[in-house]
This record gives sequence, structure tokens and C-alpha cells, in this order.
Amino acid sequence: MENTIDNKHARERGREKPGFWRGYVFSTDHKVIGIQYGITALMFLFFGLCLMSVMRWQLANPGAPVPILGKLLFRVLGEGAVSKTGVMLPDLYNAFGAMHGTIMVFLGIVPLAFGAFGNYVMPLQIGAPDMCFPRLNMASYQFYVLGGVLMMASFFIPGGAAKSGWTSYSPLATVTDMNLRPNGQTFWIIGMVFLISSSLLGAVNFITTIIQLRARGLGWMRLPFFVWAQFVTAFLLLLAFPPLEAAAVLQLMDNLLRTSFFLPTGLVVSGQALHISGGGSPLLWQHLFWFLAHPEVYVLILPAMGIVTEIIANNTRKPIWGYRSMVYSVLTIGFLSFIVWAHHMYLTGMGTHIATFFQTTTMMISIPSVIILTSLFISLWGGSMRLNTPMLFALGFLPMFGIGGLTGLPLGFNASDIQLHDTYYVIAHFHYIVAPGTIFALFAGIYYWYPKATGRMMNEFWGRVHFALSFIFMNLVFMPMFIQGMAGMSRRMYDGGATYAASGGVVGLSPRVIGLNVNISHAVWALGLAQIPFIINFFWSIRRGRKAASDNPWEATTLEWQTSTPPPHGNFEREMEVCRGPYEYSVPGASRDFTPQNEMDNLEPATNGNPVRS
Amino acid sequence: MEIPYAVKARPDTGLYNAKMGIWLFLASEVMLFGALFCSYILLRVNAPEGTWPHHWLNIWMGMTNTLVLILSSVMVVLSWASLKMGNFRQYKIFQGITILCALVFLGIKSFEYHDKFMHYQVNLKDGRVADGHLQKAETTGEVVAIEGRWVEGAEELYDPALGHEGKLIKIPRSDIKTMENYGPWHNTYLAIYFTLTGLHALHVIGGAAVIFAIWGPLAKVWEQDPERYINRVEVSGLFWHFVDLVWIFLFPVLYLL
Repeated sequence: MENTIDNKHARERGREKPGFWRGYVFSTDHKVIGIQYGITALMFLFFGLCLMSVMRWQLANPGAPVPILGKLLFRVLGEGAVSKTGVMLPDLYNAFGAMHGTIMVFLGIVPLAFGAFGNYVMPLQIGAPDMCFPRLNMASYQFYVLGGVLMMASFFIPGGAAKSGWTSYSPLATVTDMNLRPNGQTFWIIGMVFLISSSLLGAVNFITTIIQLRARGLGWMRLPFFVWAQFVTAFLLLLAFPPLEAAAVLQLMDNLLRTSFFLPTGLVVSGQALHISGGGSPLLWQHLFWFLAHPEVYVLILPAMGIVTEIIANNTRKPIWGYRSMVYSVLTIGFLSFIVWAHHMYLTGMGTHIATFFQTTTMMISIPSVIILTSLFISLWGGSMRLNTPMLFALGFLPMFGIGGLTGLPLGFNASDIQLHDTYYVIAHFHYIVAPGTIFALFAGIYYWYPKATGRMMNEFWGRVHFALSFIFMNLVFMPMFIQGMAGMSRRMYDGGATYAASGGVVGLSPRVIGLNVNISHAVWALGLAQIPFIINFFWSIRRGRKAASDNPWEATTLEWQTSTPPPHGNFEREMEVCRGPYEYSVPGASRDFTPQNEMDNLEPATNGNPVRS
Repeated sequence: MEIPYAVKARPDTGLYNAKMGIWLFLASEVMLFGALFCSYILLRVNAPEGTWPHHWLNIWMGMTNTLVLILSSVMVVLSWASLKMGNFRQYKIFQGITILCALVFLGIKSFEYHDKFMHYQVNLKDGRVADGHLQKAETTGEVVAIEGRWVEGAEELYDPALGHEGKLIKIPRSDIKTMENYGPWHNTYLAIYFTLTGLHALHVIGGAAVIFAIWGPLAKVWEQDPERYINRVEVSGLFWHFVDLVWIFLFPVLYLL
């Protein structure tokens, strides 16, 4: 009986098996799309790191030719970007800076955390056969690729890529390369419109799927925390991105149709009064931009928290402490994140009353964040911890996110922000959240779900090496930036603060503070090298890795582990029914230390709750 | 593989997938237009006293377009109701009127756009300002002809209702310092006007295209799977109502206030 059913499924699957194009390129299967997102996003992350590695050379050795790459960059990007000897010119430095931010945030982390993990894991965790709208899902990935291609192409057009920071503040963004239309900024805006559309399609799909396709018995308080995190993230993307789309449309009008939405009356550029109608408001851009970009910060961090929660529950072999408070906290974060945006604008002269309001809400939003972090820390208490690679990265996430979060408080207060605004302190603060924070969680997720996607484990030893080196060098990169920032070193300086050193006296920075640039640069390059074990491990293990012991190698409770590996098209061979919460580890009296969500109460499980397969 | 609740509603939410999806999409659309309306408010509040234009748009055209869109919304509901009662012929008629309404709306809108692009402000070298519509037939290499008036003060420029009757004015090109038509580059009011109505028009085109596709090329779905067909009409109808609603806000904001 069992056998015939299996054969039937095998036949069905065989019939459905699509060719190369339908199967890998234009697939509508959420798992394939998730992997497409994942690999594309990892490549962008690595490219973003490379941009920064070149910039760090310029910061450590201002005006010195870039070794090895200098000549190559000269040949590829031409005379305006790099001098004949291979020195990076200011315009290229600005372009790399702007593109580093844009790529890391919009093409790297969001697609990896939301597009890849959300797509691959979320439908499995809720017991759904696929996303609600598989074709929209495919379109979402294609828009993402299009946006990415436009951003990449902008490096090679006359004038080079956008160079007004990832925030693209107007009027700077509009008056840069004004004689060239379309310029890098035009490409940036149109690329962003594609990326926004991609996120929008993804967000609609995610929310609908979570609401409509939960398996029978999977009530809201039985959802794994990862699903909750993705749910709130999707709402942030859905509601926060459209204002940026509006802003992008307005800036595109300024850029191409000579309107003045963000250009004030009487604007003078290089001593020349501009022929514009004027009457616009530079602050308007900042409001619209940060209305997206602050929720965006939570888009970057919430999926990471979700991943870490899954891994901590699994490897401490006990339920998450305070699951309900975490769920309410994540919802509160989602709501509050819409009313904190202007804390990025204390120094714009928008007025002290507004600043006071945003200071208050900013302090309020730290409360739910602390609740989540504390719950995760307390969850460790008394657990019999397994220190495998995913768990190491998850454990690394906790203090790193802690440092990132706590150092944000001085930036949230008006008074202390006056000193710290636009210094390296800010860079250190948000990188602690996003780099050793979110990226560590993403690494944890890759090591954790890799056996589900491929059926093989990644190498444990090289995983640990990857973790140890990344952990050390991440801190060596970002910790000194706190010191530089508190000493008053401004960000976005082409010469890494050498001007300050030359000025001496009260305004001058001590050579030791500026000298830290060299140490940081060394650490960045070492951090880049430390990713090599990961890259090799990632590709080598696809075919050569140790075979996963079963469909559920980590002995986890959530639904994605209760199907075959890799899951077939349609995910589950029979309809899932959920009878318990997500983290039933070490239940007293149970035969094993984990009880899968779909396990009936009075039933001895077959192998891992899966039907016996021949 | 079948996606559950693609056609039938899920019992505990009472919605089928696409209906849930379109409501979420509309929520994001509210944020999109919300941001643009906020930009409008901020730009208008920021404008120096007396420089925000009034009466630059023809209220009767806006009014007609408002009525046309309201009519189309009623037609969308009636066509959906006809399908629910199994009357496909009636649906065809009602939804046909909807598509017609969309075309009428776009026709009037493009007439208004054209009117703005033909409207010039001409600054003469002697400091005088003429304002009016370019008369292509009488404009030559030496002379620019506009149907309009000499502007006496700035307030008259911002509120043409204060000015006098128009007449044909011929200006030698050698006397002209600058001339610019009333495109989005002319001033902030026109910039936000073109952005808001342009984006809205794109929504009208998109919505009408989808409604037309369901009405015409995809009509055979009605025979194969009537429930799915009704769902499609409902979802496209929801989007259409939203597009109308945006116009209901645009009309007073741009034409009346």
C-alpha cells in the first residue's frame, strides 16, 4: 500500500519535472526562487565587500595607487575614475561609497533575509504547498535581477554610478553630473523603482500566504517565530516602500524633466545660479526617504532575529523563553518603526518640538527590541547546548546585536547626537547591527537550512574556522570606528581624515585616531579572506558534503523538517496537520527530546514523523 | 499541485487568496498616493504667500471627469452583480460602459494636458510678460502668436481669474527674453499636478487594460470556471474603485482648493 502511493507520487513528480529553463530560470517553485534569491544576494554581498576593500585602501593610504586592482580599474572605468597610476579619484570613491550602501542594503541583505530565507523556509514552516501567487513570486525575483543589473550597469555609463550616498540626498543627488542626462543617479532611481516593485510583490505574497495557507491546526500562537518575523517584515516592506517609490518618482522628475520638487529657490551650484523654477524642499526628500529607510532597518534585523530564534531553540533543546512576549514585541516594533524616522534628521533644523517627539518614540522602540534580545539570552539558561556552526553564529549574533543596539541610544538622543551625527560612530553603530548582527544570523541560517535544501551538511570544521575568523575581524573592523567617531572623525571623507591631522591644534585629530584607519583596513581585507572557507565550503558541500543523517538532521520540531529532503514540488506528500506549538523540546515524559509540531498526541512516530519511504 | 483557496474562500478568513492580495496591494497604493499628497501639502505650505496658483485648471473638465469615473464605478458594481446572477450579456454591457468611461476620462485628460503644453508664459526683454496659448498657424520664424493677454502683476499670473479677456498677441521673436510652456518644469504646482495626475492616469490605463482583458480575450473562462471568472471581475473591480477614489481626492485638491 505504502509502496504504491509512493510510486504514484514518484510518477506524478516525474510528470511534473520541468526542463532546465522552467526548472531553474523561470521557476515558480518557492524553493527554487528562494535559492535563486540566495545565491544572487550572496554574490552582491561579496561585491559590496569588494567595493569597500578598495575604498579602505584609499582611506589607509590616501593618494597611493591601488595595488593590483588600480591598473585594472583604470582600464575598465577610464580616466575620470582612476588616475593613470591607479589612484582612486574622489568621484570614484563617492560612487563606491554610495553603491556599497545601496548594494549591501537593497541588493544583498534584504533579498537574502527576506527573499531567500523567507521564500525557502516560510511556506515549509506553515505547511503550505507553495506561495499563494507563484508567478508573482517569480516576477518579484526578476524585478530584483533587473534592478541589480541597472545598478551594476551604472558603473560603466559616462560619469559613473550614483555618488551621493545611499541616501541620495537632494539637491546634491540632482545637481551631481548635471551636464550628463541620464547619469548614474538616473540609473539609481530607476533601479530602485524595480527593487521596490520586487519587494512589493514579495510582501503581498508573503502576507497572503501566511494568512491563507497555514496548515490545519496552525494557529497564530503556534507559528514559529521566524514566520512571525517574516510576517511583520512583509508589512514593513508593503507600507514603507511606497513612499520611497513616490520620492523616487519625484526625484526622477527633478532629474529628467527639470522640475524642482527638492530644489529650493535660488540654488547656486559652483557659483552659477541654476535655471530651475525652484520652490522645492530638500527636507521633503529626507522625510520621504527616511520614512522608508527607518522601517528598512527593521526589515534588515527582524528576519535575522527569526533565524536566530529557530536555531537557539533547536540547539538548546528547550522551548524559547517568552515566546508570546517576543511575538507582541515584534508586532510593537513593526508599528513603532513607522514613527521614528526623523531621528535621522535632528541636525536638519526641522525644529526642537519635532525632534523631541522622535526622540521619545525612538527610546520607546528600544524596549521591544530589548525584550526580544533578553528572551533569547534567557532561553540559553539551563539548556544543554549543542555548539555546532549555526549555533555559534547565532550565539555570536546576540552580543553583536546588543552592542549595535545599545550604541544606538546616544544617537537617538538629540543632545548627544549633535556630537556623534555623521561621524564614524554612526557607521560603527549600524554596522554592528547589520554586519556582525544580521549577516551572522544569515550565515547561521545558511548552515542550518543547508541540509534541507541539498540533503548534505556543510563542513563543520571549516564552518567553525569561518565563524572564529569572521567574529574576530568583524570586531577589529568596527570597534575602532567607535573611537574614531567619538573623537569627531566625519564619515564620507575621501582622505580618511588626513585633512584633520594636517590642521593640528584644537580641531585636529590625533594621529593615533587617524592611524586606526590602517588597522581597520587590514582587518577588512582579512575579513574578506576569512570568507574563502565559507565560499569553498558552500559549493564543495553541494556534491561532496557529508550526507544528512535523515530528513531532520538537527532533530527539529518545525514543519520544514517533517518532509523529505529536498522537499518535492508541492512540499508535502500529505496534508500537514499541526497539534502543538513550535518549540516542544525536551517535553517531560516524551520518548525523545523533541516533539514535531505535526505529531499526534497518542501516536508513536514513524521515522521522524515522515511516512516510511522505500 | 493545487494552491488552496485560489478560488474558494478560506473559512476562517472569509477571503480567497487574490482578494486578500488585492487589499494588501491597495494598502500599499494608499501609502504611495498618501506620500504624494503629503508632498503636495508640504510644497504648498512652503510656498511663499501668493505664489500658489489658482484657477489654472478648468473646473468643468475636472467635474466631467469626476462624474465619468463615478459612473464607471457604478458600472463595475452592476457588472459584478450581473455575473453573480448569471447574466453574462448584461455584464458585457455594463463592463463595456466601464471601459468606455475609462477612454472618455483619458481623452479629456489628454486634452487638458495638451492645453497646458500649448500654454506659454513669454517674458519680453523690456520686462513685459505675456501669457496665453500658442497659435501655431500664425507663429512664424519671426513672430510668436499667442491667444492671451498682457500680464500686469504677479498675482494675476498666479490667478488668471483676476486678469482681463484674452486677445491675439503677436510678439517678434527678437523681443523675447525667455518663453516657457506650462509643463512640469514651469513651477512646483504644475510639477505636482503632472506627477499626481500622470501616475493616476497610468493606474487608469492599467486598470482599464486588465478589465478589458477579462471582458474580452479571457471571457471564455466564464464557461470553464464561472467562480474564478467572477473573482477576477471582483478583484479588478476593487482596484478600479481605488483608482476612482484617488481621483475623488485629486479633483478638489488640484482643481478647487
